[in-house]
Amino acid sequence: MQAHMEMGKPVQAGKPQHGIGQYVLGYVLSVVLTLAALWAVFAHGLHGGPLVLILLALAVLQIGVQLFLFMHITKGDGPPVHSLAIAMAFFFTVVFVAGSLWAMSFHYMVA
Amino acid sequence: MSIMTLERPRAHEDAEAKTIEYSQPSESLKIFGFWLFLATDMLLFACLFATYVLLHTHTAGGPTARTLFDVPGFEAETFILLTSSFTGGIATYEMQHQRSKSVAVWLFITILLGLAFIGLEVQEFIHDVHIGATMSTSAFLSAFFTLVGTHGCHVSLGIVWMAAILIQVLRWGITPQTARKVFNVGLYWHFLDVVWVFIFTVVYLTGMVM
Repeated sequence: MQAHMEMGKPVQAGKPQHGIGQYVLGYVLSVVLTLAALWAVFAHGLHGGPLVLILLALAVLQIGVQLFLFMHITKGDGPPVHSLAIAMAFFFTVVFVAGSLWAMSFHYMVA
Repeated sequence: MSIMTLERPRAHEDAEAKTIEYSQPSESLKIFGFWLFLATDMLLFACLFATYVLLHTHTAGGPTARTLFDVPGFEAETFILLTSSFTGGIATYEMQHQRSKSVAVWLFITILLGLAFIGLEVQEFIHDVHIGATMSTSAFLSAFFTLVGTHGCHVSLGIVWMAAILIQVLRWGITPQTARKVFNVGLYWHFLDVVWVFIFTVVYLTGMVM
């Protein structure tokens, strides 16, 4: 491989448009969101459905942090076609989980 | 090939140039392919999550989520994996600045955190099995061990993969090829943290309150 011979010399290439601050911000936000989720569970202020909804909302925010601040999902070589694939995978995930729960809620038909 | 330092007159040209992992079309294509793999891998986890949410109440007289889960244990796992996602991100950032020594250090830290995570998870599983909560105890535990175990297998594989790339970076420095490999393993690692956020929320936290 020709690349081996160039060891030590920097390859001519651009720098990322984001600074290291995005990673630090992402880390701080994910720690805060995780602590918020733990607090919501162990503070015993909320119960049942509303609590689960809050937890899911915090998880979605946290995943946004990972996707945008860590993975830079909209960045890439040219138009971000790959984010369509990931968006579709999220859509299917929701369909699989919510669809299974919905279908299996017809106890008299599936039991 | 000249070293890019003072030869470029304007800063914004640098910003518009492709970063090293995208500097060759073949590497760029491999990154796109890896995104597609992540999308399909997410579908695998979607099926396991769907199974878990349907079966988590089917405890068959065995332990329930609330009696089984060890709170300090899964909290520690969560913060360790979160931190490793951050250090993996720094490795990617350093790769884009072509600082191979720094990349190696951050990859090494990420591997150590990954090992700590796996160590805790294995400990948790061994403890569960010792108190009689095995994969065949109930539908809940079958779904639990399959979902969390599949994620653990991914992390274990990621550790081996990252170690292999660490060796390549140490031997060859940051080339367009090794840069793409560092980038892809970084994406993989962040993706595993995304999956863990869902496991933490849907399995562990929800298990504590339902």
